Parts: sequence; C-alpha cells; structure tokens
Amino acid sequence: MAIRFILLVNKQGQTRLAQYYEYLTLEERRALEGEIVRKCLARTEQQCSFVEHRNYKIVYRRYASLFFLVGVDNDENELAILEFIHLVVETMDRHFRNVCELDIMFHLETAHFMLEEMVMNGCIVETSKTNILTPIQLMDKAS
Amino acid sequence: MAGGSSSSSSSFSTAPAPSLVDSLFQRSLDDLIKALRSQPAGAEPSLLSRAVAEIRREIRSPDPDTKAVALQKLTYLSSLHGLDASWAAFHALELLPSPSPLHKRLAYVAASLSFHPSTTDVLPLSTHQLRKDLSPSSPPPFSSLALHLLSLSASPDLALHLAPDLLPLLSPRSSPSSPLRPKAAAAALRTLSVCPDVAPLLFKPLVDCLSSPDLRVVSAAVGAFAELASSGDPTPYLPLAPEFYRVLAESGSNWILIKLLKIFTRLAPLEPRLAARLVDPLCDLLRRSSAQSLVFECVRTVFSGLPDHDRAVRLAVDKVREFLASADDPNLRYLGLRALSMLGPRHSWAVEESREAVIRSLADPDPNIRREALHLIMVMVFDSNVVEISVLLVNYAMKSDPIFANELLDAVLTTCRRNVYELIVDFDWYVSLLGEMARNPHCTRGEEIERQIVDIGLRVRDARPELVRVARGLLIDPALLGNPFLCRILSAAAWVSGEYVEFSRNPLELVEALLQPRTSLLPPLVRAVYIQAVFKVLAFCFSTYIDQLEISQLSSSIVESNTAAAASCIADGIAGMESTDGIATGDKPASLFSSIENKDPFTCESLTKLLILIETAVGPLSENDEVEVHGRARNLLGLIHMLREILTWKTEEQGFIKDNRIGEIVNLLQSMFSEELGPVSVNAQNRVPVPEGLVLEENLADLAWTLTEDDTAPSMSISFSLRSHQHGKTKDAAASSVRSASLLAEHRKRHGLYYLPTEKDETESNDYPRANDPLLPASQGDVPEDLVKLTKQSLIPRKVKHTKPRPVVIKLDEGDGVSTFPSTTVKESKDDLLSGAIHDALLGEGKPSSSQKRYSDKSSRGRVKDIADTGESVSQSKENLESGNREHRSSGSKSKHRGHGKERHRSPQKNEEKEEKNHRNSARSSHHHERHKHRPRGEALLNVAPRAPVIQHFLL
Repeated sequence: MAIRFILLVNKQGQTRLAQYYEYLTLEERRALEGEIVRKCLARTEQQCSFVEHRNYKIVYRRYASLFFLVGVDNDENELAILEFIHLVVETMDRHFRNVCELDIMFHLETAHFMLEEMVMNGCIVETSKTNILTPIQLMDKAS
Repeated sequence: MAGGSSSSSSSFSTAPAPSLVDSLFQRSLDDLIKALRSQPAGAEPSLLSRAVAEIRREIRSPDPDTKAVALQKLTYLSSLHGLDASWAAFHALELLPSPSPLHKRLAYVAASLSFHPSTTDVLPLSTHQLRKDLSPSSPPPFSSLALHLLSLSASPDLALHLAPDLLPLLSPRSSPSSPLRPKAAAAALRTLSVCPDVAPLLFKPLVDCLSSPDLRVVSAAVGAFAELASSGDPTPYLPLAPEFYRVLAESGSNWILIKLLKIFTRLAPLEPRLAARLVDPLCDLLRRSSAQSLVFECVRTVFSGLPDHDRAVRLAVDKVREFLASADDPNLRYLGLRALSMLGPRHSWAVEESREAVIRSLADPDPNIRREALHLIMVMVFDSNVVEISVLLVNYAMKSDPIFANELLDAVLTTCRRNVYELIVDFDWYVSLLGEMARNPHCTRGEEIERQIVDIGLRVRDARPELVRVARGLLIDPALLGNPFLCRILSAAAWVSGEYVEFSRNPLELVEALLQPRTSLLPPLVRAVYIQAVFKVLAFCFSTYIDQLEISQLSSSIVESNTAAAASCIADGIAGMESTDGIATGDKPASLFSSIENKDPFTCESLTKLLILIETAVGPLSENDEVEVHGRARNLLGLIHMLREILTWKTEEQGFIKDNRIGEIVNLLQSMFSEELGPVSVNAQNRVPVPEGLVLEENLADLAWTLTEDDTAPSMSISFSLRSHQHGKTKDAAASSVRSASLLAEHRKRHGLYYLPTEKDETESNDYPRANDPLLPASQGDVPEDLVKLTKQSLIPRKVKHTKPRPVVIKLDEGDGVSTFPSTTVKESKDDLLSGAIHDALLGEGKPSSSQKRYSDKSSRGRVKDIADTGESVSQSKENLESGNREHRSSGSKSKHRGHGKERHRSPQKNEEKEEKNHRNSARSSHHHERHKHRPRGEALLNVAPRAPVIQHFLL
C-alpha cells in the first residue's frame, strides 16, 4: 500500500481530517496521531518535510494553519507525495474557494469524497482537478 | 433535516425511544460542530457523551433523514474526536440501499471509515448491496462509492464473492473513458491481496489495463503492479517486463513513470538483460527530466536496481551531488543523503566524492538530515578509517545537542562493537575513546559503555593496561560521581581496576579514589562493586609486598628455616594455582615485576595507612541497609581485622616472613582472585547440563578406558569452567606471542618522550592516537569547516598495513557475535500465497512445476528473451524490446548486452515492425484479434519448443 493514511491537523494539533487506508484501532489511531503531531509540528521551515516514524515515513507540508500529513511506505517517492499534497490543496481550494480549516470541518464528507476520488486503496488514481470535482458537484446538485 | 441548536436536551432525556420530537428538533452536524467549538475548554467530554447519547437515540429512528444526520454526526465524532463508531455499523448498512444519493454517500463514508473485517461482524450483510451498486446499471458515482468501501474493508469472503463483479468495471467495454476503470483496478489490487484465490480471474483484466489508451487506467494498473511487485516476490511479474517497458517508452506522465520505475527496481536485479535494457531510458530521463521527483526515482532505481551499470550510476551520482548542493532545499539534501546510503559500501567512491557535503550535513539544522548523514558515514566505516571517523564523531558529540550527541555515541559504539570489535585494531586507542565518551556531558549511553569496557577487559588481554589507566582517570574524578548516567561506567571502571589491579601504577591512590566521600552518591549496587574492587586491590598489595620481601631476601641469600617454610608454602600455593591455571600465573610475574620496578614498592607504613583508610571509609558501611553493600563491607572489614591481629609485621619487616599466617592469608586471597574471568558464550550454559555433584575440574582422562569413544567425545569439547581448555589454548598462544609486543608497547608509551613523533595524518601509525590528541583542532571554531577539514580521504577503504599486530580478541563460537546481526526477515505467508497465485495465473493452471522450473533456469539465454521467443506475448513483447533496440541504435549508443541471438531475430524483426505499425493504426478492440493471428507465425519462425502456450494463455 503506497499511502497508508492522510491526516489534516491544525496548528494546535487537533485532527481535522483522518483517512486511513490500513486498519488501525481507535486507540492506535489516537496514539499515532499524537506521536506524529508531536514529531512534525515542532519542525521548522528550514527542516525537511520527511519524518521517519515507526516503519514508514511521513511526508508533510504546512499550508497556513493546516498541516497536511501523509504516511507512506518507505520506498514511496517523497517528492511525488509532496506534489500530491499540493494537488489536494489546490483541489480543495478550487472547490471551497480559498479553503480554510472551517471549510473542511463543516464539509468533512465532501473532503473525504475528494480524497476518495483521488486515492483508492492507497494508490493515486486521479490527478485531474476537474475530474475529481465533477462527481462531487453532480452529487451536490442532485441532493 | 431539522436544524435548531436550541433543542433542549431535557426533552430527550425524558423520551428514550425515538420520537417525532427527535426528528423535529434534531441537532444538525453544523450545530454540533458549533457547540463543540463554543464550549469552554474542559467541557468537551461531557458534551461528547451527551452528543453520543443523542445519536444513539436518533439513529434508531425510522425516519431516514433523522438516521442519516445521526450517522453523519457519529462519523464526524469518530473520525475527529476518536469516538467508537463500530456499534453503529448496522445502521450504516441500513442506509446503504437508500435511493437518495446524499444518504447513500453518508452511509458509504461512514462505512468506509469504520468497517473492518476483523471488527465488523455485519460486513457479510453488505455483500448484496455492494454487488448491486457495482453493477454496470447503477450510476457511476454509486459504483465508485462501492468500490471505495470494497477497497478499504474487504474481507477475504467479500473479495471472493465480489471479484466477478469487478470484471465489467475493469474491462474496456464499459465506456472508453469511464472514471471507474482506474478505481476498479485499485480495488482489484485490494481483492487480490486479501484473497489470492481471485488472481486467475482478475489478473488478466488488470494486465489489459496496461494497454489502455486512457492514461488514468494505465496509471492505476501500473500502481497496482508496483504494489504487487513490492509487497512480495517480484518474480511472477517478470514476464510482464516487456509490457512495462513499452509503457515506459510511451508514457509521458511522471506519475506513471515513477510507479514504473518502482516496478523495474524490483525486476532489474532478477534479469540482467532487463537491467541492461533500462540503462538508456533511465539515463535519458535523468538528463532530461525537470521533475525532481522523477529524477530522484531514477536515481533510486539506478542505485538499488542497476548498481552494476557504471554509466547510469555515474550519472545518478552527479544528480545526487546536485541534490546535496541545494542549499535552500532541505528536502533535496535529505533525499540526496538517502540516495547515497542506498549505494552501499561497494560504491563508497560516490560518498567519497560528496564527502564534504555529507560531513557538513552533520551540522545541519534538521536532525533528520544529521541522522541520515551519520547513518551514511557509519556505513562507510572500515578498519582503515575507523579511528579518524570515530574520533571525529566523538569530538563532534561534545558540541552538538544532547539528543544528537547520544546518537553519535551510539553510532560509534555499535559500529565498533560489530562482530566482536572486528574493526578495531588498536584497542588502546578504542579504550581511551570509551573513556572520552564517558566524559561527554550529554552521555546517556552508560550501559553500553559499561558493557564494552568489561567485555574488552575479558576478551582483549593487551588492552588491559590501558583499560586500567582509563578506569583510573574515571574513578579519580570526583565530578563524575554525581552523574546518574555515568554510574554504570564507573562500576565497570571499578571492576576493571580491581580485576586487573596488577596493571595499576599506584594501587594506593586507586583505593583512595574508590573510597572517596562522594561515592556515597552512587547507587548501592555500584558501591558494592567499588568495595569489592577495594578488596581485590588490598589483597594484591599485600601479596606484592610479600613477594617483594621474599625477593629481597632471596637475593641477599639469607635463607632461614622460617623463610624456607614460607617460601615453600608460597611455592606450594603457586604450584597449586598452576595446576588449575597454567597461564594466568604464567605471565603474572612479568606484570608484577614491571609494576614493581617503576613505582615505589609498598612499605610497612603505606600498608598500615591503607588499612586505616579502608577501615575508616568502609566501617560505616557495615551498617548499610543494602545487602550487597553490607555484605561486602563486612567481608572487607573481616579481612582487615584478621590482618590486624597479626601484629608482628608492624614492628619489623622480617616479621612478615616469620609469621606464616600472613603469607597463608595473602596467598589464599590472592588465589581467590587470580582466577581469571573469561567471556562466556551466550549459549554455553544451555549446552551444558551440569549434573549434581559433578566435579568439573577433575581430570577424567584416566577413566577414559572405561568409556566408549562416543562417550568421551562430548566431555572433551564441553567448556564450562571459566578457564576451559579450548579458551585456554587461545590465550596460551596469545600470551607468548603478544607479551613481548605489549611490553615493548608499554615501554614505548611510558618513554614516549624519547621517541620521535610519528606523522600526524598517517592512520597506519602504531602510536596511540589519543582521543584528545592535538590532532584535533575541531574542539573550537566553526563546526562544519572543521568537520570537513578532518576528513581528508577518510571515507574510502584503504589497504592499511598495520605495523602493530591486532591483539587477540577472544571469540567464542556461534553464540557470540551473532546477536549483532539483524535476524533475517521471514516473508509473509500471504505474499507467498499471492505471488504463487499470480504465478499460476500467469503461467496457466496445472503446470506450476514446469513453470517453476523454467523460472529457476538461468541458462545462457536470458529470461526476457526466452519468454519473448515463445510466441504471442512474444510478438508484443519482442516488439517492445526491439523497438527499444532501435532507439538505442539511433541514439548511437551500442548495446553490448544483446549480442547473441541477434542473427536469429533479424528476419522476424522486420515483420514485427510492420506488424507494429498495424497495431498502432488499428483500433484497440481489433488488437486482440490480431494477436491471435500472429501467434502461429511467431512460433513457426522461431522454432520454439511446445512449452510456449504456458505463457500465451494469460496474455490473450
């Protein structure tokens, strides 16, 4: 599995979105999120965006007050994952118009839905913003 | 849905069953979020529990809207606040069939976030609904949701049941640019990995995806194969190499290329021809691509897949240097270091080229980069540069932050310890380095240093004098006693000083150090070691004193009857010792003399003073609460009382000799400690069951005739006592050959002043570079600059001629260094199952044995060619390889790797070229058909053995 989980965490370390592609129990998730937040949020701009954690690594990027953290296998291409994070942000930006923490909080499902369009079973399956957003807009219209 | 945060919770508490009121006054998710955000800091738990109670009630409502909102709230709370949602699994299932897209979506999101085969027992109930949503007649967004749920929480059963339903989605017949096909490919990967039995069904459609005109489909398929190849044995995917190669040549998408390169990284080591074929495209990508991610992937592929192809490695190393040099991008620097550490010691020249950047990275602001640099440097440690690198790192540890300092120390300690100190030639240097590490203010690696100090003491005879010197330095420093991390080291130092006290320059000073007042800061167990060391030193002092007296008496040839008695008594003692231990006593006199000749011999007064000192310092401890301290203090005081009772020696020196008792006591004590402790193999005790009452020291040789040969054999090889014969032999040989060398070395050290200093930068010198040598100007000033300066030619293994022979390091059999090796990982059975299933799927049912055989057959013809010859997949695959060839040719580079067999292929190649054009022109649907026609011709032309169909089967 290339991508193991995607986490969005705010500056205070609160989880704003969590999508796991491998099964973890609630306790494991809570522990993992705590450890990751402790490890990543303390890092500075001058430090690299990759952190090794347990037997995999975390690629993360900060956008304003939100941290996007992606847990990947050790042999995954870190730079490609950074590009992927950027794509996620751009997609959200296009949908929510200047996305912010609250947009994701109040539209958690839509955010999950975007990720579902982009990532399936840990593999990136869609990288076109238009393609990602079309079904979401269709769904929104239908409801 | 009903909004209204004003809903009063009191109305709910009176109505346990869902009612209309619930539906009317239900809080929406937005209300809940607002409530959570506006609550004061500590109120969250109570608010959450209230919300859950609310949800529990609402979710049972018959009204789908109410249920959906409840589920939505629960999903939110479980994914962001970590609340348990597994109890609601059934309710999520209830909503799955809902005709409303909104409810369906909610239900699917809730299900995919909380379902898992291991915890969700209602999962089988979802089979029918999933099948319905996967069917081509349902709207694509629904299918997409179902695929997602399947990919996240498929159980083996579910996978088995639903695999046939994936087929229509995977096939190109579903609309040409269906967004579902890539998703179906990813979901197929999941089904394959949880249930390998579906491989025959899904594998072929997945392979077909590789030739889709839709890049998304190709991308998903390539991603799926990358996962498959990297999660298990990649061998089954080797026959697909031509297909992958074609995609590599045709695809321009970086996402696809990166995944493809991952596959090739796994495949290239299996098939040298494939590796050779990859060199050109990889070099091309390395040169041209502007995407760093792709460049890095190429580098990774070259380093781990094609390390034998120098051209590619050269180019990749150049790219890595660019990465390392990018001052403003820590990501690239980090990845550069990572890449270099993939290369391994064989290509240490690459690290050597970037030495400066690597060393500089030790001072990087990012701890991750520092760690990578450290890791990289440690891989490059050989016996020729271990001194330089270790000294560099230990000195740098003095200046870096506490965490990294300990990582540095750790790295040095583990590297040097590896395989029973195989890197260390000069143990005197290493021992003093250990002392240096102990003085690092950040050092928290006391246990490891303790272990190594004792271990070296036991294993390396020649290091003992230096060990005692270092230990003295540590013991004598009162400042170290207060540091709780160091007490373990001090314990080792005390033990070493007591055990090898004969190498001590000044035992009296040692006793003072061991008894200094600040030792009260030590934990009781360490104090016990201290007291025991004092005991040993005391015994040693007395025995030396007596020996001294005897020598002087013998030399003045005053032979009194008393003396003779005493002497004979001592001789007896020594003889007795020799019978059990021929070696230890054998070289003891040498060391004794050496210690006597250069220090003030013990005098009557000094010994008396010693007794008084010990008595005053240890006396109070006899009341200590700790049993270990208490017991040992009592022992020591008992000995002193015994010595005190014999007053004669106090008044006259001769009294010593006159009174046998002193001699006897001292000899007794001396023989107690003269037995040398050796290292013990970890499994020694397991191997030797000791029957009760067995006298292990007894020589049973004369009983041999009563036993058969078989019975005697094991008893000869058993080594139980500390001084086993097997172990003794080593020492025997060592002792004679090394003793002179060590004496010379010691002499040289002592009179170092009178020797010319050796050249500073020659590592092969046999003098003893101290860790704190002036050789290291690094202690002050700009860190990175100094670091770099220090590493002139240090990272490359060099042939070093050691003028000083490496001292013998006692190693025991298998149990000894083995623990330092990482245990070999056992492949997961699931992976084996999967790759086995795919193997079978690829090569046809019923002939696994023949296929296995063919794969293991690495005859002169490489496998790719081999497979290419077998018709069919064949025409396709060979085209790719041939087209690859053509490219190579046109680019002017000569590929030597496909020399043989070229002649044979020339004529078919032309046909193939035509064929290929046809392929390109024709629509994909007819593609299939053509391949059919193609096969027999390929076979006829190439005269292939009838095993061909085995592969054909699957690519059709």
